[in-house]
Amino acid sequence: MISANLAAIFYLVSGILFILALRGLSSPDTSRQGNYFGIAGMVIAILVTFLSIGNFSTSIVYVIIFLVIGGAIGAFIAFKIPMTAMPELVAGFHSLVGLAAVFVAIAAFLNPAAFNLGNVGDIKLASLIEMSIGAAVGAITFSGSIIAFLKLRGIMSGAPITFSGQHILNLILGIGIFALIFYLCKTQSANIFWTVIIISFLVGVLLIIPIGGADMPVVISMLNSYSGWAAAGIGFTLENTALIITGALVGSSGAILSYIMCKAMNRSFVSVILGGFGADNSTKDKKENKDQKPVKSGNAEDAAFLMKNASSVIIVPGYGMAVAQAQHALREMVDKLKKNDIKVTYAIHPVAGRMPGHMNVLLAEANVPYDEVFELEDINNDFANSDVAFVIGANDVTNPVAKTDPKSPIFGMPVLDVEKCKSVLFVKRSLSPGYAGIDNELFYKDNTLMLFADAKKMTEDIVKNLD
Amino acid sequence: MEIDPFIFRVSIFILSIFIGYYVVWSVTPSLHTPLMSVTNAISSVIIVGAIIAALAGTSESIFNTSSIFGFIAIILAAINIFGGFLVTQRMLQMYKKKKDKKK
Repeated sequence: MISANLAAIFYLVSGILFILALRGLSSPDTSRQGNYFGIAGMVIAILVTFLSIGNFSTSIVYVIIFLVIGGAIGAFIAFKIPMTAMPELVAGFHSLVGLAAVFVAIAAFLNPAAFNLGNVGDIKLASLIEMSIGAAVGAITFSGSIIAFLKLRGIMSGAPITFSGQHILNLILGIGIFALIFYLCKTQSANIFWTVIIISFLVGVLLIIPIGGADMPVVISMLNSYSGWAAAGIGFTLENTALIITGALVGSSGAILSYIMCKAMNRSFVSVILGGFGADNSTKDKKENKDQKPVKSGNAEDAAFLMKNASSVIIVPGYGMAVAQAQHALREMVDKLKKNDIKVTYAIHPVAGRMPGHMNVLLAEANVPYDEVFELEDINNDFANSDVAFVIGANDVTNPVAKTDPKSPIFGMPVLDVEKCKSVLFVKRSLSPGYAGIDNELFYKDNTLMLFADAKKMTEDIVKNLD
Repeated sequence: MEIDPFIFRVSIFILSIFIGYYVVWSVTPSLHTPLMSVTNAISSVIIVGAIIAALAGTSESIFNTSSIFGFIAIILAAINIFGGFLVTQRMLQMYKKKKDKKK
């Protein structure tokens, strides 16, 4: 058994290793080393916990058995999961952190003596506040992530679910949680503690159902942040430095990602949370005049011809590429183009896909070197000097309306200047508007050729025609 | 007058938020997905609380109400730890530079 002070120092060490793990992600070269730092930090934290308890009863055998069961499940998932399913995997993992936080808080509430927090019915005031906040945030994270998971997985429709009085209800429930925690501190009643948790589960659901599919990058980042704050809350309860440091790191990391995502959509965080983007009536208006505008459409042969005669091509991938799993076919196409000495680069919009960095992971999976992939601000000026833009599965992030029409709901959103290319190839299933429910002007431009097909099938056909 | 240890913990917490702020801004956007999966893995250090709760049972009653919650939390956190670090590792292995493929 080691002393509490020594244990605290080790927890600090693992906290520092976690900081280094995040630090490593500043470049792909150092990232793998960073991940090892993270693993080392976790091993230290777990070993120190065992050593500091010292009471080696038969319980420890069960602890190790449960640890191995969980670890085996986790490892199995990590190896089996396809890269396209990464957003729902992350959402699912967030829900587990949230639920674990709730359970630890419940355990601490039921047996405070084990954590040195006082006795049942007489828990230290500060600890009681910390554990109930940790439990509440954990519960919100859990149920919110489950909803996000179901939406991303397609089990639940990605369409926003709204009803009147929704926001007022959320507000009342939120205030209710605080009022109940206040009463909990006065009465130490277990029933109030359970009620806080149940209401928090409900709030998590209500918070995420009104948010639509394409706002998922914000939701996932936000839930990431919540899971951090929940961990920090429990860290205060357990007086554990590693948990406090980690909670703060994860909390601020998620908050920054949410901010970046909101900024990339030119939307305020509040408006994303309130949800219901893209009202139905505006889509109907567009449908009526759609048929009147002329659209040039082509086939794989035309596309192959255009690209073969180009000297530079920029690929703009979006969520549609992930859905169609077209990344490998795309890579094949690019290889063919490169053989003909055509310069090919990739342009990624920050909110392309369903989570931050989603497109980058898919391209990396298809063996696209990361130094050919560029972020919006680094590549946007290159469109004017390029011959072909190949838009595959993206829509709203290329819509020039965001720059020209102040009335458009996406006005002000940073977009890729695809229209500046000499010609634009647009792979899409149909002319239907994107998530924002607005028409893309790009479809009707003279230099745009629409390729109506499934992204993967079209890309494969182009590959055949490039020979 | 002595300073409450709680104040020290709050200090650590706030300083860590600042560290997190600067460290995360320096993460390259192309690694934002691994960032999410690794933050997810490290936040599962909550397992220390779960272990304490699970070990609190006595030899006569290894599984009491409180320790059962601890045991379940161990499983949940362990899924996250192994799953999170391994999937991050798997993703990071895929990020390659142009030179690498010529080897």
